[in-house]
Amino acid sequence: MISLRVVKKAYATRGGTNAVLRGVDLEVGPGEKVGILGRNGSGKSTLIRLISGAERPSSGEIVRGMSVSWPLAFAGGFQGSLTGIDNLKFICRLYGVNANEQLGFVEDFTELGKYLREPLKHYSSGMRARLAFAISMAIEFDCFLIDEVIAVGDSRFHEKCRRELFERRSDRSLVLVSHDSRLIAEHCSRAVVLEHGLLHSFPNLDQAFESYESSSIVGPH
Amino acid sequence: MVSIRAGISTVVSSSGTPWAISWRIQCRVIGALLMREVVTRYGRHNIGVLWLIVEPMLFTLGVAALWQVARMHSEGPIPVIGFAVTGYSTVLLWRNASNRCAKAIEPNLSLMYHRHVKVLDIFAARVILELAGATASLAVLSCFFIGWGAMRAPLDLLTVVVSWLLLCWFSAALGLIVGAVSERSELFERVWHIVTYLMFPLSGAVYMVHWLPKQAQEVVLWFPMVHGVEGLRHGYFGSTIPTYEQPFFFLICNLGMTLFGLILVRQTANSVRPE
Repeated sequence: MISLRVVKKAYATRGGTNAVLRGVDLEVGPGEKVGILGRNGSGKSTLIRLISGAERPSSGEIVRGMSVSWPLAFAGGFQGSLTGIDNLKFICRLYGVNANEQLGFVEDFTELGKYLREPLKHYSSGMRARLAFAISMAIEFDCFLIDEVIAVGDSRFHEKCRRELFERRSDRSLVLVSHDSRLIAEHCSRAVVLEHGLLHSFPNLDQAFESYESSSIVGPH
Repeated sequence: MVSIRAGISTVVSSSGTPWAISWRIQCRVIGALLMREVVTRYGRHNIGVLWLIVEPMLFTLGVAALWQVARMHSEGPIPVIGFAVTGYSTVLLWRNASNRCAKAIEPNLSLMYHRHVKVLDIFAARVILELAGATASLAVLSCFFIGWGAMRAPLDLLTVVVSWLLLCWFSAALGLIVGAVSERSELFERVWHIVTYLMFPLSGAVYMVHWLPKQAQEVVLWFPMVHGVEGLRHGYFGSTIPTYEQPFFFLICNLGMTLFGLILVRQTANSVRPE
């Protein structure tokens, strides 16, 4: 179970303090798949970073009762000057997993071939997404945080993601952040909308989508 | 200092993780960062990790050769080689530790996406690597020159070890301070480079305090690392030239610097955003 209680996050900017999250409550149970909808700038990435622990909230409480992945996105979590394999080894050491055992799986999943031995800065965004995904699968987290990474890539990648994440690991939790309702409709059982720094829950997916679509008419605060 | 973190496979109550598991995670993180540091710093080509020892060795040999040729140091109770080895190794310690920590966070922002990797861990991994390198270099060079006959074995190994440990502590604390402040201030990073160049002649590595006039002695003894170098030479060469170290003063300085460094690191950690 991951719980967020009255979580607030503000950043100091040149124009004063910017309150991105103003008191967010969220609970993600084991095996639950939650979608977070929000417009650009609504604070989705901030929220994901807080859930993962990459950043600390300004106030409020976050309790993690299960292992959580780092925010899976295009890049982030990797070092550009290291090769794909070096990054795999580093992350495996970080999380206490044997890298050699996972190497075969990562090679198969990413299909990067000799690029695995090239520095990450030579990768395209699609290649990076594949590597990020493969390495996070190798760690076997209880909860995966996905910041739109599975929106990138061709149908083959989507198929592989679907198989690895949604079939093989269907018992895990998932927090999927997107501004695309269809993606969330496809994979999640519950959706919340992040707007003006607050999280709005809805009893079912359709109501969440309705609220989200209609809120696009309203301008920024 | 060790913050409470959720373990990878333990169900955690809201009161936090037991210390034993936190410690294991901490060691894992620093170990992973260390291995990464070794690969990025020394690469896989040419002689790789051995540079840790060869780089300081080349420099010390070069300096010692220069001094021999220039006859800057008359034949006295302390051999030139021993003087150079003990002096330069100490400079390596604090200079490398602080330089490697300067601007260490910015290129590694992406690593802090991982919950367990904190600002302090990145500094710790770099400091550990530099301390290990300088220590190995001193040990290897000492054994080499003692075997060759260019200097004798240390007379008082305990004093050597204690002085070296205090110097390592000093370098680590300095690394924390320089690392934390250079992250927030571009000016500091530039100024720090200049400070290291100025500190090299002042740090006690190239002179013995006994050689200086009284007023200069009093001034120079305010620099903590001078006490380390004096103590190191006392342990190596005995009391033929009087040394002026005050280990207790050095200890207090280290404590103060460590506290200051940790506070600065905490402040920096709060303002860092993983990219």
